[in-house]
Amino acid sequence: MIKIINIELYKIFKKWRTYIGFIAIAVLVPIIQVAMLIEGEQSLDFMTRNLQQSFIFVGNLLNGYLISYLILNALTIHIPFLVALVAGDLLAGEATAGTYRLLITRPVSRFKLVTSKFFAGIIYTNLLVLWLAILSLGLGIIIFSVGELIVIKTSTVIIFARGDVFWRFILAYGFAALSMSVVASLAFLFSALVENAIGPIVSTMAVIIVFVIISAIEINIFEAIQPYLFTSYMASWRLFFDDPIDFAEIAKSCLILAGHVLFFFGLAAYIFKRKDILT
Amino acid sequence: MTDKIIEVSNLSKQFKEVKAVNNLSLNVFRGDVFGFLGPNGAGKSTTIRMLLSLISPTEGDIKIFGKPLKAKRNDILRKIGAIVEKPDFYGYLSAFKNLEILGKLSGTNTSKNKIMETLELVGLEKRFKSKVKTYSHGMKQRLGIAQALLHDPDLIILDEPTTGLDPQGMKEIRELILYLSKEKNKTIFLSSHILYEVELVANRMIILNKGTTQVEGYVEDLLNANELKVTFRVGDKEKALKLINENYWIKKLESQIEDRFVFNLAPEEISVLNKYFVQNDIPVNAVVPMRSLEEYFLKLTDKEA
Repeated sequence: MIKIINIELYKIFKKWRTYIGFIAIAVLVPIIQVAMLIEGEQSLDFMTRNLQQSFIFVGNLLNGYLISYLILNALTIHIPFLVALVAGDLLAGEATAGTYRLLITRPVSRFKLVTSKFFAGIIYTNLLVLWLAILSLGLGIIIFSVGELIVIKTSTVIIFARGDVFWRFILAYGFAALSMSVVASLAFLFSALVENAIGPIVSTMAVIIVFVIISAIEINIFEAIQPYLFTSYMASWRLFFDDPIDFAEIAKSCLILAGHVLFFFGLAAYIFKRKDILT
Repeated sequence: MTDKIIEVSNLSKQFKEVKAVNNLSLNVFRGDVFGFLGPNGAGKSTTIRMLLSLISPTEGDIKIFGKPLKAKRNDILRKIGAIVEKPDFYGYLSAFKNLEILGKLSGTNTSKNKIMETLELVGLEKRFKSKVKTYSHGMKQRLGIAQALLHDPDLIILDEPTTGLDPQGMKEIRELILYLSKEKNKTIFLSSHILYEVELVANRMIILNKGTTQVEGYVEDLLNANELKVTFRVGDKEKALKLINENYWIKKLESQIEDRFVFNLAPEEISVLNKYFVQNDIPVNAVVPMRSLEEYFLKLTDKEA
């Protein structure tokens, strides 16, 4: 199995499209950081304007942690596209290229093949999140240095001491990796269904966008279905920036997301195992 | 060890309303070069896909090397090399890397020497570093053969292996098939709609049309069991025509254009007719038999059309 995963990873990283995600993050994150370097003080001032009437802020609030926190907020919509770009191509790409025939006539079970491809896709997804973490947090700390992290929520403002932040980010990025693994699994499932890689990418993004909109709108009908949408749990990384942290809620979200990963993969494997290869 | 390498019984495949393969049975024996003939859409590729477990049969059984394909898929595929339809590869990788990956998946030796040896066999050793997307169709076809041979399989399934090749390339593939069969004792299952190609290399064959078997047997027997189309070019066409009209040979005459008389004859009748012309002072300038599988094949498939 490890041999096949290595082969799949080799194939993934020999494709140009694989690097689009890494390049996009490498471009986007520094742009945000440079923008914050130029206008960050004004933005922070704007964000805390109401609070400044009651509190006096001292210390380095515009720091690498804050930048990384803001970038993580962008994760829900933008990173899924980059994930789907590769995960949606894993099976459908073989169909489009006609290489299913080469692959499936090897003495390797279809389950092993599909599982190896899935793991390779998950590894890619985690590397992409790691890259985001390195650039947003690492580069952010180099440019802005560390400091206290101010987190403004609907009814509360929390300021974390500089020594109390880094581990939260590690856990938050870990959670983000799980969230993105759900996206990868969904794209992988769509990829097993069709024979053109564009379909899975577009379908995955359509599902994410629709679900995120439903998850965000607070009206009764939507609120009733929100607990059943996996996107409702994808933003639970924010819980790591609560005090105290609601670990029970985080554990529940993790279980639900992991359940989705398993379900999407299981369904993809079932479809792939029974699929007639006609391309 | 069984001598039946492929044993197909009552195989059918239904795609919605279309029955691509209908109750097909065939046997391929050790050492055969088995011609699998049929026009486009006859069900050849569907059958090959079922033999390679790319698609599941709707009905019927497949045994390869005496083992049921469904239960022993991996054991069987380990000993099969195949080209299925057009040769597609990972275009963004080199030929060498493609073979290395496929070899690893087949669990075979993927040393540089072994891969280069296989590439040399198909004449691609000088382009081993080039990305496959830069290859011509003919080169991809050769690479397809290389990947089929890399793991030294006992059974080689070739689906239209000469498609897209120039005449020289086609000849080389035919020679390679004969070499693999005679020198390496491989069993070869060769699908083609180019009948001449099969006639030159196969010892046994089946003709498939609209998913059903038309005929199966030894190529030589099948050819001899049928009448041949023979053209006689004669010196005195008026006299010849008059003579033919007066006797048995008129029943055998298919057409006449100028001095060319085309007859449908059993092999032993050719010399009799030739003698008859000569004895009646009609010079015979040429006797051109059109004894080919193609004629036979067209006859069968036309009947169905």
